Amino acid sequence: MSGVTRLAHNRVSLALHRLREGDGRPLLLLHGLGESSESIFSTPLPDWPGPVVGLDFTGHGLSTVPAGGGYTTEILLGDADAAVEHLGAVTVLGRGLGGYVALLLAGARPDLVIGAIIDDGPGLSGGPIEPTSTAVLSIGGDGSAPDPYALLELGRDLRPADYAVDFARLATEASHIDEPITVVAQFRPPWLTAVAAAPGVGSADRAAALARYARL
Amino acid sequence: MVEERAFPGAVCPARTHRVDADGVGIAVHEWGNERDPVLMLVHGGADFSRTFDVLAPRLAQAGFRVVAWDQRGHGDSDHAHLYSFDADLRDAANVFEFVAGRRPVVVVGHSKGGAIMTALADAHPFRFRAFVNLDGIPYRRPGPDVPEHQRAGALGAELSSWLAHRRRTAGGQRRPGTITELAARRGQMNPRLSREWLEYLVTVGGRHDADGWRWKLDPSMRLGGFGPWRPEWALYRLAGLAVPFLGVLVGAEEPMGWGTRPEHVERFMPRRSRLEYFEEFGHFVHIEQPEIVSTLILDFLSESL
Repeated sequence: MSGVTRLAHNRVSLALHRLREGDGRPLLLLHGLGESSESIFSTPLPDWPGPVVGLDFTGHGLSTVPAGGGYTTEILLGDADAAVEHLGAVTVLGRGLGGYVALLLAGARPDLVIGAIIDDGPGLSGGPIEPTSTAVLSIGGDGSAPDPYALLELGRDLRPADYAVDFARLATEASHIDEPITVVAQFRPPWLTAVAAAPGVGSADRAAALARYARL
Repeated sequence: MVEERAFPGAVCPARTHRVDADGVGIAVHEWGNERDPVLMLVHGGADFSRTFDVLAPRLAQAGFRVVAWDQRGHGDSDHAHLYSFDADLRDAANVFEFVAGRRPVVVVGHSKGGAIMTALADAHPFRFRAFVNLDGIPYRRPGPDVPEHQRAGALGAELSSWLAHRRRTAGGQRRPGTITELAARRGQMNPRLSREWLEYLVTVGGRHDADGWRWKLDPSMRLGGFGPWRPEWALYRLAGLAVPFLGVLVGAEEPMGWGTRPEHVERFMPRRSRLEYFEEFGHFVHIEQPEIVSTLILDFLSESL
């Protein structure tokens, strides 16, 4: 059973699903591109001693589907930050696109992210890492999730390795825990290869990463 | 309430339309004869179509159907859920489609409008007949040069400030004030423009609520920011333009300017191009010097079309 809390991020109403009750620091789940937290994380829920919550990003799940697109991963960072504002300190597990957002959040809120885990999932790669031709397309949409503009724009957002590493550096330099970021994804696009190689970033399997952060 | 002031040479648009850009209402303004060839005027960040009230009628007088639109969140266009460079590009393509179908038209872009049009000229070259870029050629990130090892620290500060803004922006409103107060606030970003002009802009770019005037600009929008893009990428697109190109750069330093000088961009100029540099003018060169700029544009077009 899940309860849904609505969080306001500017004009977007975000759905935060409580997937399992519990005491202690919540595990915040961030879904991949085109997914929604309830459908993707419920069966089975990851092992975690405390409460487990899942955030639907803008244009996904039960969150607002905006008119006319305009997605960036930085906006999704704002989504995740709205969840942190509501929850306080969290451990974050992100799949695919959600894994990239987990990295951004770990860099932006190093005091409130007690461990960010980057897992495989849709939208892990992002788009080009240099200037390329841009297809400028109107693709409509009927207002239902997932928003086709989210699929288009977040499927090709720019993720240069040096930019991603800046966020890893912000996290590792300001966090009070060792290895505040753990890469568990098997597939490692260039940004993730660079992040995994950055000092203070760990690699492990998912269960071990969750168990380590649960003990902190 | 209509309280438009007069400003010497300023003419309000002859026609307005509303274009549905994938669910976002875009306000389009036109000057001149509908049967004349189209010339698109594209405004910069935090501006709006009516900032062309002096330049547009001069170009219309010379035989163009001059069309400008308010970018999402600006002027009379809808405040959107989301803003991005890609969304601005797509909105622009929708307006071009509405105005001219797929026929090529003349395009004049200022500042960020010039940067958006440089990207559109690369993505949709079939829409362009000639392109004039008024101080909209960034060659590096604005702000002070930051050494590599301090980059993450600068990013951290920018992130904190941006997230704080995102947290308080829901339901936010712009601060109300008198015409004089709003003009003075804008004057901080536009120090070279006259008070008379800035007060005129309040009356065409603001709305008069019961508690005072407010700029129409979406309060959730913020200039600058951070992201993975590099402003200089626009230059690489410029180099491949096939249509006649006129680039205008200025030398006077001011907050909204990009500090681009001819030596930064010369090697990226397309084959059929001309670069003009005005050492003594500022970023809003078309507002400071409408006579010189409109003559320059019209001479360029008569030579190249």
